[in-house]
Amino acid sequence: MIVFDKPHALTEMPFHYCPGCTHGIVHRLVAEVIDELGCEGRTVGIAPVGCSVFAYNYFNCDMIEAPHGRAPAVATGVKRACPENVVFTYQGDGDLAAIGTAETVHVGARGENITIIFINNAIYGMTGGQMAPTTLPGQVSTTTPYGRDVKIQGNPIRVCEMLSTLSGTAYAERVAVDCVKNIKNAKKAIKKAFETQIKGLGFSIVEVLSSCPTNWGKTPEQALEWIRTDMIPYYPLGVYKDTTGEKEVK
Amino acid sequence: MSKVLMKGNEVIAEAAIKAGCRLYFGYPITPQTEISETLAKRMPKVGGLCMQAESEIAAINMVLGASSTGKRVLTSSSSPGLSLKSEGISYIVGSDLPCVIVNVQRGGPGLGGIQPSQADYFQATRALGHGDMHIIVLAPASIQEIGDLTQEAFDLADIYRTPVMILADGALGQMMEPIDFDARTPREIPEKTWVASGHHNKRAHNIINSLYIQPEDLEKNIISRFERYKNIENTEVKYESFMTDDADIVIVSFGIASRISKSAIIKARAAGIKAGLLRPITVWPFPAKKLRSLADTAKTFLSVELNMGQMVSDVKLAVECKKPVEFYGRTGGMIPSVDEIFGKLSEMSKSL
Repeated sequence: MIVFDKPHALTEMPFHYCPGCTHGIVHRLVAEVIDELGCEGRTVGIAPVGCSVFAYNYFNCDMIEAPHGRAPAVATGVKRACPENVVFTYQGDGDLAAIGTAETVHVGARGENITIIFINNAIYGMTGGQMAPTTLPGQVSTTTPYGRDVKIQGNPIRVCEMLSTLSGTAYAERVAVDCVKNIKNAKKAIKKAFETQIKGLGFSIVEVLSSCPTNWGKTPEQALEWIRTDMIPYYPLGVYKDTTGEKEVK
Repeated sequence: MSKVLMKGNEVIAEAAIKAGCRLYFGYPITPQTEISETLAKRMPKVGGLCMQAESEIAAINMVLGASSTGKRVLTSSSSPGLSLKSEGISYIVGSDLPCVIVNVQRGGPGLGGIQPSQADYFQATRALGHGDMHIIVLAPASIQEIGDLTQEAFDLADIYRTPVMILADGALGQMMEPIDFDARTPREIPEKTWVASGHHNKRAHNIINSLYIQPEDLEKNIISRFERYKNIENTEVKYESFMTDDADIVIVSFGIASRISKSAIIKARAAGIKAGLLRPITVWPFPAKKLRSLADTAKTFLSVELNMGQMVSDVKLAVECKKPVEFYGRTGGMIPSVDEIFGKLSEMSKSL
């Protein structure tokens, strides 16, 4: 009896991510959801710029690589051309909340029937640990070497809170992948987001608080602990919008 | 269909529908807004979509996504908008995706003005995006040609898996002339096996991508694309010759400027000046071979443009210093008169 197997929606390609990075966990959760919904054949994923730039190699569905921050616009083009496709983007915090803020806000405003998987690790990973829009006040990065000073660098953006104000956002939930309980909940949220799209209810986003041990200068274990002690208090977990009425909104 | 009287911008919209395009993503900018206004009316009636994006950047990336599914897709803008689309166009080229891009040019740089211009020639033919790249650039000079070339652009885009630009200007976009939409025969289009619209569990997953992290792979990919460009240069060059056989002075001019040049040539011929016109219809690929052969018979060349001298560089390269090349242009939205160009021809004829 097989009790644990690799999801079909993942290819055989080994992940390139750093030890302790939670991209691998989130990739797997997305793939498990695609398997369970049986939608691999009609799914199109939009790969981002940043650490997960090679996401197109890892998912077994058709994949398109987008310019930095433009994944929601590319997803819009795919969905409008082929409404029967299940379309998801996979984006980091720089991609979604800095260079691509306009594209992100407007898929919410339009109620674009796509799903965004948003990886928030509070830092730029691929370019080597610079400040992200989600970098916490006081957090040290290579471009905030004395800690993020909100008087100089401004305040972090709480993405789920912001997008839940938009009429076209059907489902917005923030989850974390720091422990088994939260990982299980993250999968439920991702599945719910895909289902929201399949039902044609509008825009859905799952924000995943994720670790970056390499650029945080922490061990993998310390990084998961930092999600709990520092990130979750600033970015509270929970459902921010659910138009289906199935989940309790914060 | 018989001939109808229509405005240039409206013809682009109708010709796109005629070519089977059912997806348009754009952002309003003068002097091309009638394209999206026409499509906003027409697309819902033919089962298509005309979407006003939040920016030119979003519009061109919606084009990238829609093109990835294999559907025919159009975007249009004017000069400052094209600068914003530059990033997306480079990615579309890098991903070998077909699409049609319209630039109804206005004066620049910056916000510039809203009057007719050809000041984006360098941008269109040299560096529409970053990296080693070209796109096919078609420059119509009449409303009929706008209709024909817009349809041709969709075929060329699909055949060569490249963006194709219609490079017009504010005057062509706004003027009215008769048009017959059925004047052109569609070309044979290869099957699109590369699309990303779901593999339906019948094939391996397709990846549409412009990233080649290994320099050896990227160089190989670019060289292969430039082999395709060579093929385009050998087979797709289009131009019009007017009275060039015995011409001492050959004007090289495209788009609206070529029409004024033609009138000046007729006036010059009446005054005993042997002038002719070579009008590039494809400005990339440029009709360099034809110009080189004209350099054997003509005594001198004159490039007439609505800018400070851009295509004149291509004319000089083409004639390889065999004959002198002069330039006459107006810029900022100014259009030269027939008499201005005739005056320049008269001056040049004196030193022949």
